[in-house]
Amino acid sequence: MKHVWRSWPGRIGVVLVSILVLGALVSLVWTPYDPTRVVPRDKWLPVSWAHPFGTDGAGKDLLSQVLVGARTTLVVALASVVIAAVLGLSLGILSAITPRYVGESLAHLIDVLIALPTLILALVFLAALGGSIWTVSLAIGLGSAAVLARVVRAEVSRVLTNDYILTAAASGSSTYRTVWRHVIPNIAPTVIVQLSLFAALAVLAEAALSYLGLTQVSTPSWGRMLGTLQETMTVEPRAVVFPGLAVLAATLGFNLLGDGLRDAVDPRLRGRAASVSPTFSSVVDGVDDPALVALPAAPDVRPMDIEVP
Amino acid sequence: MSDGAGPLLAVDALTVELGGRKVVDDVSFAVDRGERLGIIGESGSGKTISALSIVGLAPEAATITGSIRFDGEEVLGRDDRRMSDLRGDRIAMVFQDPRTALNPVMRVGRQISEPLRLHRGLDRKAAAAAAVELCARVGLPDPDRIVRAYPHQLSGGQRQRVGIAMAMSCRPALLIADEPTTALDVTVQADVMGLLQQLVIEEGTALILITHDIALVSGVVSHIVVMRNGRIVERGAALDVARDPHHEYTQQLLEAARTTSWHGSSTNGDRP
Repeated sequence: MKHVWRSWPGRIGVVLVSILVLGALVSLVWTPYDPTRVVPRDKWLPVSWAHPFGTDGAGKDLLSQVLVGARTTLVVALASVVIAAVLGLSLGILSAITPRYVGESLAHLIDVLIALPTLILALVFLAALGGSIWTVSLAIGLGSAAVLARVVRAEVSRVLTNDYILTAAASGSSTYRTVWRHVIPNIAPTVIVQLSLFAALAVLAEAALSYLGLTQVSTPSWGRMLGTLQETMTVEPRAVVFPGLAVLAATLGFNLLGDGLRDAVDPRLRGRAASVSPTFSSVVDGVDDPALVALPAAPDVRPMDIEVP
Repeated sequence: MSDGAGPLLAVDALTVELGGRKVVDDVSFAVDRGERLGIIGESGSGKTISALSIVGLAPEAATITGSIRFDGEEVLGRDDRRMSDLRGDRIAMVFQDPRTALNPVMRVGRQISEPLRLHRGLDRKAAAAAAVELCARVGLPDPDRIVRAYPHQLSGGQRQRVGIAMAMSCRPALLIADEPTTALDVTVQADVMGLLQQLVIEEGTALILITHDIALVSGVVSHIVVMRNGRIVERGAALDVARDPHHEYTQQLLEAARTTSWHGSSTNGDRP
């Protein structure tokens, strides 16, 4: 974790995702108001100490709603990423290490899965299985798993050509042990970046589906808030800002966290931000500086001439 | 398992076909316990693929015929699981390029002790201690620190020492070294070769040294096999072959080695 903290993207990502997690956790035990309580005389209250995000047209507290909505966002992001990781990794690895005809068939299966648009898949699942957040996670997870499987297949094939795989085999390591100890650690940086990207996409996809009103009304969600608030946006544009910012922050947070994690997991990239890159950038800066570039072109030999008696 | 009689490794009429081409053609040689054999030839002469065939790591597309007997038992066509038991334990390998032969994201100590954990069932703690000991054995400075390093933090020569430590960790009966010094700086080549020689002599390990540099091996190995285009063109005691090569190709190889060293000394001599 300390390696993630070394880079700015990592830091911002950790902070944003921590806020999301904290908000979701806090909402389990405490919210400023009951997010579902309608108080007609408090409708469209502006930002104040009593209502930091203001209230909506029914007088419901927006901060409380955003906090509760963080739960849904977090659960969907995590659940879909877990599904994508388990399915995508196993499918991708299997298709790369099994005999050619099995591997090729799996690769074709992956291509077919990728051809199904994730949101359309989600619509079908929601229609067939109902609008719970688990249905949403399953659909987004499956869609991401297909993409991840293809990336993993290519990465594993690349890693398997490396000499250290041969070294492992010559040490008596079985195929599965080699995959576990040598292949997976080497594809981990790529997989982590992909997964963080999927988490960000899951946040957006969940928001989109609930914005359209396809998820259960009982599940609090930023997307649903945006959907309701946009109906009155021309009159009360202020209220839309907060759920919108929440979606933005969560998406950005997962993306940046992925960047930070990638650098932290790969020992070859570690410490680069601390030691190598300042030197490198100062060299580049030096070359970019016109005064420095001009220097070697203007050799000054006069002082030498003067010294000759 | 070991009856002590007969050679440790007997390769008989080994032929490897790859993509319809015979890359190894009717190759036979034997290595006794503790014996050191050099396989000499230019790149593409089939020496590496012969070595990989011995440990069952030849490309899957290759068709292999003939016989490879290790310790009296046929190993050709053995299933992979049983070959895995042999690899790293009784037959170990050192590869050519130490820059790529180590896992870049695994600490050096864990890589060195991997064969021990696989074949001797050492736990994490015992393996870590063994790794430090092995590092010291192959002359790596500050072993306690080096086992915690990642490969990219070591020099090429140090990495090859790590590769040798890994290969020797289970005290194999046979070590196959495939161009172990080719990718190294000239200055450390002799050190690494010396270390290899010292270790196999101390441990009584048989050695197959694969190289294109006939001058480099003639002091290390007792016998030489010269390969060209997949065939053995000359064989004999190392000193005899180096002194009095019969085949034209061996003479060329020797000539090449000699010119290189002549070149080196003359440049030094010319300097004022």
